[in-house]
Amino acid sequence: MKLPLDRDTRRRWIDVAMGVAAFVCVVIAIIPLGSILLEASIRGLRSLSPALLTSTTGGGGIGNAIQGTLILILLSALVSLPVGILTGIYLAEFGKNRLGAAVRFFVEVMTQVPSMVVGIFVYSLVLELGLIGLGSPRLVFSTISGVLALSTIMVPFVARTSEEALRLVPIAVRESSLALGIPRYRTILRVVVPSASSALVTGGLLGIARVAGETAPLLVTAFGSNDWFRGLDQPIESLPHTIYVWATGPYVAQNQAAWGVSLVLVVMMLGLSIVSRVVIRLRSVSR
Amino acid sequence: MAIKLSVESVSAWYGEKLAIQDITMDIEDRMVTAVIGPSGCGKSTLIRCLNRMHETIPKARVEGKVLLQGEDIYAASPVSVRRRIGMVFQKANPFPTMSIYDNVAAGLRLNGVRNRDELDKAVLGSLKQAALWDEVKDSLDESGASLSGGQQQRLCIARALAVKPEVLLMDEPCSALDPIATAKIEDLIFDLKKDFTLVVVTHNMQQAARVSETTAFMYLGKLIEVNNTRELFERPREALTESYITGRFG
Amino acid sequence: MHLFRWTRGKGRGTSTATLGEPLFQWFSTLIALGVVGVLILIAIVLFFEAEASIRAFGWSFLSGTVWNPQPPLLFGAFPFVYGTLVTSALALLFGVPISLGIAIFLSELAPPWIRVPLTYVVELLAAVPSVVYGLWGIFILAPVMRTAIEPFIQGTLGFLPIFQGTPIGLDKLSAGVILAIMIIPTISSVSREAFLAVPDSQREAALSLGATRWETTRLAVLRYARAGIFGAVILGLGRAVGETMAVTMTIGNKNVISVSLFDQGQTIASWIANNFTEAETPLELSAFIELGLVLMLMSLIINIFARLMVARVLRRGEGAA
Repeated sequence: MKLPLDRDTRRRWIDVAMGVAAFVCVVIAIIPLGSILLEASIRGLRSLSPALLTSTTGGGGIGNAIQGTLILILLSALVSLPVGILTGIYLAEFGKNRLGAAVRFFVEVMTQVPSMVVGIFVYSLVLELGLIGLGSPRLVFSTISGVLALSTIMVPFVARTSEEALRLVPIAVRESSLALGIPRYRTILRVVVPSASSALVTGGLLGIARVAGETAPLLVTAFGSNDWFRGLDQPIESLPHTIYVWATGPYVAQNQAAWGVSLVLVVMMLGLSIVSRVVIRLRSVSR
Repeated sequence: MAIKLSVESVSAWYGEKLAIQDITMDIEDRMVTAVIGPSGCGKSTLIRCLNRMHETIPKARVEGKVLLQGEDIYAASPVSVRRRIGMVFQKANPFPTMSIYDNVAAGLRLNGVRNRDELDKAVLGSLKQAALWDEVKDSLDESGASLSGGQQQRLCIARALAVKPEVLLMDEPCSALDPIATAKIEDLIFDLKKDFTLVVVTHNMQQAARVSETTAFMYLGKLIEVNNTRELFERPREALTESYITGRFG
Repeated sequence: MHLFRWTRGKGRGTSTATLGEPLFQWFSTLIALGVVGVLILIAIVLFFEAEASIRAFGWSFLSGTVWNPQPPLLFGAFPFVYGTLVTSALALLFGVPISLGIAIFLSELAPPWIRVPLTYVVELLAAVPSVVYGLWGIFILAPVMRTAIEPFIQGTLGFLPIFQGTPIGLDKLSAGVILAIMIIPTISSVSREAFLAVPDSQREAALSLGATRWETTRLAVLRYARAGIFGAVILGLGRAVGETMAVTMTIGNKNVISVSLFDQGQTIASWIANNFTEAETPLELSAFIELGLVLMLMSLIINIFARLMVARVLRRGEGAA
């Protein structure tokens, strides 16, 4: 095939080729996503059963893993959401000065700390505290330890999304409230926060979904267990941990079942995402 | 006088909104044609239809014919049209990451010119044509954005001229400039019409009167009147034209 | 000010108002400072724990290649630093071009109706947990690498030392590929933001010279946004360096330094994940924590640098960098 030598035609061919190349890049990126969702659905559904969901990992099921993840994320949310949202409030409402800028910077930095490092930090902290008498060294592998690790990850994330959510509230809203003589703190709590509530809720739910999938820090804090929840001071199982153990284990049946666990985890995270969207929809309808 | 560009029943839309309607006019070779009118009358839209820039906006549409010496530009490739019909914009837009030299050479390089001597010659020529050479000849490696507003606009003119277009469209080239820079560019327009056909959109009637041979007056998307500049300003045929040039509106 | 507030009283409201006002601000400030305090605490705790190892090995910790938990206790981090650098480099090598292609497509080429859904789909890539990527890596990617892609590469480029040895599938190359996939959402979304910040007047300047769409992108957009692109790439690097589970599950977990990409390896994060809980002596534990400190410092420096670059570009909105 003789290549068109006309320069303009060549430029047109390059233009088309580059457009195709850009599109191909999009396709290349979507392939793994599609593959993961496909495999998780097919292989996952195959291995799911009521027995799987109700027995413990000791008995080949994931009941305690589901329970463990729920407990971990709920307790973490209990700690992280108030702290994170308050930090977000500080940054959005009081953080316009140099101190606020510094806090914002450090919070941003915190979101980038590798999760594995957060894990060994909590391990060390709990160990040292235990050695000097606060708690016990045994607590390094416990639910509390896992909650601390997940919270350390979740708080900066929620702080950032909360600040963004509050910033979206127009200044006019604050000003009209202040003009009515309502003190600032009430303005924030009773006017600004409620009007940003759907974005705040979304940020919170996204934060929860994010830590629901965290594994690395739990390897050295919550550790894992083959039993149902035994207490805050005991190790606890979680869905991502089960996936890791079963995927890297020697039993083929377990390897396959790991897909089922992934499906459960992904569905849970998707569920949280959908719930947050429903909340937004409901709030904007009720207005 | 030879007709360079022939506009035949051109209408243009932004989505559903009709911006200019049924414009027909001729643009003569080696002369300056000014397009005047109040804000929103469609003069920018019109000249953007002359080098197929209007269609780069999403959902924009053009109907009608624009003939460059007989060839319908809407039947040719936009790339080749824009090489022959160049444009200078309201706010100077030099490439800030490129040097002055590279800015002027940009169009040439696109067209495949690689030879350093050729490029040097062309850059020198264009900068001289744009009356910028003396001011930048020692700082050709500086960023295109390091110049003043008026200089940047002349740089953009040089950049447009470097590809040797036949027509140069200027969309309110002086509206962002101070009077001194404006005067420099008006002088430039005077010189350029020796070699190029120019169409200048301006909201400044005095400017149109100063630089152009032909003036077209537009209002609300329609071409109200087009005539020899002197005629249009001294003896306008349409009442609307007279109202505008006497300052009763706009 | 105070006088005004007192006299504007509405009964009960007033005294709580004057008290609650600074109280609330103080409280939220305290919480925010507490959060920052946790970050500082992380640094303090890690340094404190790592001290024994730092004192024992000094700088040779970074160059040491042996990890010996039995006496004589000797711990060196080099194989893990090497693994981290290699997998991150691979991640950038594969991830950056694809991310840029996606960003260009979404910001310059795609028809408007497809932009939002496609953007959402690409962002979904970021929502998949690391451990699920690992699972996919072990059972879907690795077999494909082992049976098809790596033999093919070896067939054509096998003379290069980086492509020698028996392909197993779970190796540095696979880990690099998975990391690339994981950092694509980051790099492409930040790049896209940088592209959107390029003023249309720049594109028009290129178009009016007779540039094709690709030439316009190249001249006006990519050049103008290059600082933002650079920032995006560094951010992606920061993510790649800290990634743990997917890498642990696909890199083969062998504490060796080898040139071939088809060989197993180890990254800092994966080594900690695999062996932290098996640490036998206090010195080994300290060495692990020093390793974590190294990882954190790497990640922090990279991310701070990236954010400074991106902030500078997005704030100035001007291309000259």
